Amino acid sequence: MKKIKYNKEILHDISFFLNEKKVSCQIKASTILLDLIRDVFELKGTKPGCHEGECGACTVLVDGAPVNSCLFLAINANGKKITTIEGLINTDGSLHPIQETLVEKGAVQCGFCTSGMAMSIKAMLNQYENAQHVPGDIIQDLPTREEIKKYLEGNLCRCTGYTKIIDAAEELFKQG
Amino acid sequence: MAKKLKVIGTPVPKQDANIRVTGKAVYGHDITLPNMLHGAILRTEHPSAIIQSIDLSEAKKLPGVVCIITADDVDVNNIGYKRDHPILKKGEANCTRDEIAAVAAETKEIAKQALELIKVKYKVRKGIYDANDALKDSAPQINKFISGKFENKNIAETFHYEHGNLEEAKKNSAHIVSRRFTLPRMTHACMATSNVTASFNKVDKKLLMYSSTQVPFLYQRDMAHALKMSPSDIRVIQPIIGGGFGSKLDIHPFEPICALLSMKTGRPVQILFSREEEFIASPIRQPMVIDLTAGVDKKGNFTFREINILKDNGAYTSWGATTPFVIMQSFSSLYKLKACKFNATAVYTNNVFAGSFRGYGNPQATFALERVIDLLADKIGMDKAEIRLLNANEKGEVTGQGLHFDTCGHKECLETVIKKSNYNKKVIAKQDARFKKGIGLASMLHVGGGAKIYRSDGCGTTLKIDPYGYCTIISGSNEIGQGSETVLAMMAAEELGIDLKKIKVINTDTDVKPWDVGVHASRTSFVAGNSLLGAIKILKEKLSKKASELMNSSHSEFDYENGQIVSVKSKDSIALDKVVREMHFSEPNELAIASFFYEPSSKFQDKNFKGNVSGSYAFASQAIEVEVDTYTGNVKVLDIYVAQDVGKVLNPLLLGGQIEGGLLQGVGYALTEELLMHEGKILNPNFHNYKMLTASDIPDIHFFPIETNDKEGPYGAKGVGEAPLIPTAAAIANAVCNALGVEFVELPLTPERVLKAISLSKINNNHHNLISL
Repeated sequence: MKKIKYNKEILHDISFFLNEKKVSCQIKASTILLDLIRDVFELKGTKPGCHEGECGACTVLVDGAPVNSCLFLAINANGKKITTIEGLINTDGSLHPIQETLVEKGAVQCGFCTSGMAMSIKAMLNQYENAQHVPGDIIQDLPTREEIKKYLEGNLCRCTGYTKIIDAAEELFKQG
Repeated sequence: MAKKLKVIGTPVPKQDANIRVTGKAVYGHDITLPNMLHGAILRTEHPSAIIQSIDLSEAKKLPGVVCIITADDVDVNNIGYKRDHPILKKGEANCTRDEIAAVAAETKEIAKQALELIKVKYKVRKGIYDANDALKDSAPQINKFISGKFENKNIAETFHYEHGNLEEAKKNSAHIVSRRFTLPRMTHACMATSNVTASFNKVDKKLLMYSSTQVPFLYQRDMAHALKMSPSDIRVIQPIIGGGFGSKLDIHPFEPICALLSMKTGRPVQILFSREEEFIASPIRQPMVIDLTAGVDKKGNFTFREINILKDNGAYTSWGATTPFVIMQSFSSLYKLKACKFNATAVYTNNVFAGSFRGYGNPQATFALERVIDLLADKIGMDKAEIRLLNANEKGEVTGQGLHFDTCGHKECLETVIKKSNYNKKVIAKQDARFKKGIGLASMLHVGGGAKIYRSDGCGTTLKIDPYGYCTIISGSNEIGQGSETVLAMMAAEELGIDLKKIKVINTDTDVKPWDVGVHASRTSFVAGNSLLGAIKILKEKLSKKASELMNSSHSEFDYENGQIVSVKSKDSIALDKVVREMHFSEPNELAIASFFYEPSSKFQDKNFKGNVSGSYAFASQAIEVEVDTYTGNVKVLDIYVAQDVGKVLNPLLLGGQIEGGLLQGVGYALTEELLMHEGKILNPNFHNYKMLTASDIPDIHFFPIETNDKEGPYGAKGVGEAPLIPTAAAIANAVCNALGVEFVELPLTPERVLKAISLSKINNNHHNLISL
């Protein structure tokens, strides 16, 4: 049987942008992004729901695209832009429109899925915005309610029944 | 004279949503204390085995391991509703969850590695995984900690209830239907896994628990019993709770284990469940087999119900064993009924044990009852809506069990969903060859004003106003995401004329807050609301007296609005904060503070389970339309029409959230969710194989609140939280049966079960068949 080794792991230097601030750290190759964000940088807004990529509670943005941070090796964050729920809030403490709309629409109950939901909605808005700016791209229509549902499939919620979360996302697209 | 309400009834967003939506809310997973250790639990490899030896030597050598405990290292009492559950197991394992040893280590990783180094020798036994097998004479006694007051050694609990003359009611029945229903295991799947942080102070011998419990004062008492401490030396602080749904009504072994690790080490210890551990070791909705025989006379009046329930109790007894208390209410009192005889038996097995789960047995009961009502309607050739309307409960009814329906929206709920869903047209709609549509109806009855299952079903409130005109509500009640803090703040804003932003709710610390029995039984708005209103009344008497003095008037009637106390007669006004300052700082000096303990008018039921157990009762009806793909067996829920007697809408936004969230849990129970077990082991302990519904699966929900204005409720409101999911599976099953002309006696209605039902019905020339897979 293979013996478990302790304290002999090689550490790697990485640096990346965390919520627009440049950060550097030394990590094991096996460190996952979720643990790095929560345990090293102590940003606890990103939630550990399953550690196996099924629930979406730990969703963060890597260069604007959504990932389950529980399945993303932190070493691959090197040189990238990571955005967490803490990066969404405006610098004066006022809520980002996504957060404001989720609150107003009653889309938050226990809130444990909310960070991931908000980041997935942000990613969908990014995608939509980028598509709008591609020259010659003809995507003009707002996503349908069904498309929004499909996009949020990877984020589980046990409290709300999703309806008000989808209402909020739909409202955000309307606001543009 | 009813005053026009300004805040109550408006869609106020959840006051604590801001911290949750910005990642600033501190859940149990986010707590870090100085010098904190990480705990992990070794569970048995075998659901039934003799534990021959436990070798900790290798694990203890691992650097970073601070403490390992087994049953031999602790002096504790059992936990559980019947005190039949050892915290750490000694000598034998009886359930796949069984805690054999626990480790506290410097990091989570080291704690996990240590578990792998613990060597346990088991002698595997043949377990008992079927409640019927457990009742056989040859079966071994599974739980050794019970008093043995029942005729069979493996019976954990029994419930007997009856009213009316059953034999006469049988004779008066034109038709009788009997069916056996089998209900699955469903799990809460809270988005935050179970978590606890314990901090024992060796100097003053006090224990601090950061716990997600839903019942902090009962938790404090039970924890004290387990650890042989005084309850008051245990302080329970609830961090933000990531989902409850009833799962945190019992204390579970990991919580005293965490406390023990902290007591042994003198350092704070945290235990967080992995998702797999959550599926394996957190509670479930009771699986049960319900035998229901029911009759109807030739006019369509329900005559009697005879019910025998066999519940798989698992290896230990939790509050889940007491669900027949609620189940019998539906069987005895949902729709008018002349006679009822009810027996329920909970039997020990080597399976996992259940806990309480939103609805508390009622979804199971309602599924069986509402399915049989459809069958009775078919027997006498009566429309399924008509038979329900004929038998619906009425205002003023006192049921055979002694429940007083002082207000009752049952008939109005039924009428509403029948009309809004266009039920009468849809029930005979033309069918496509492949996609078949159907519509089903179901109603429900549930406690709506607390449930007196403890000596007190009360809640205390302390209320204060500070010299700046801000109000602090210190409430015994608990927030688990449902929005109770917001509803309480709205009541205070309404009554005191203070802006919502100036109201704070303190409700998370047993050292501070007054007693309350916990968040369950859809009771918080009703009981905590009434408690708050009682405290407000006392405080306003003090404030009004002072205001009258300051105005040099004899006026005693005042309105509270916009931060002012206004004389009704003269319209003179004085600022609320000024009145408070005058109370505090001028003689006779007095605090602007008041306390009130509200106890509902309900009665603790006698040993025959008769009596008015709740301050109010909630009713709801649902009409659900489905489309069944007869090629794949897939059931799509198209529209849900739901009318619910909520008494009074306190906050339409939060009410909508309770309805939608509850409904989707009900749809999951009906169609996809089942914790699969084989010989005591859980086969699908992850979100990939345990099918919780996603955003793509949601139906269109049409909600119609019915306001019956119950005089017992705050502003007329009743409890709302559990009701939405109770009739959902029943209505969906009725709809699928309507679509296909088949019959189901099991949940969930997976594609496999639906296809099998279709193929059997083809074989049998479309005769109605009993499908049991």
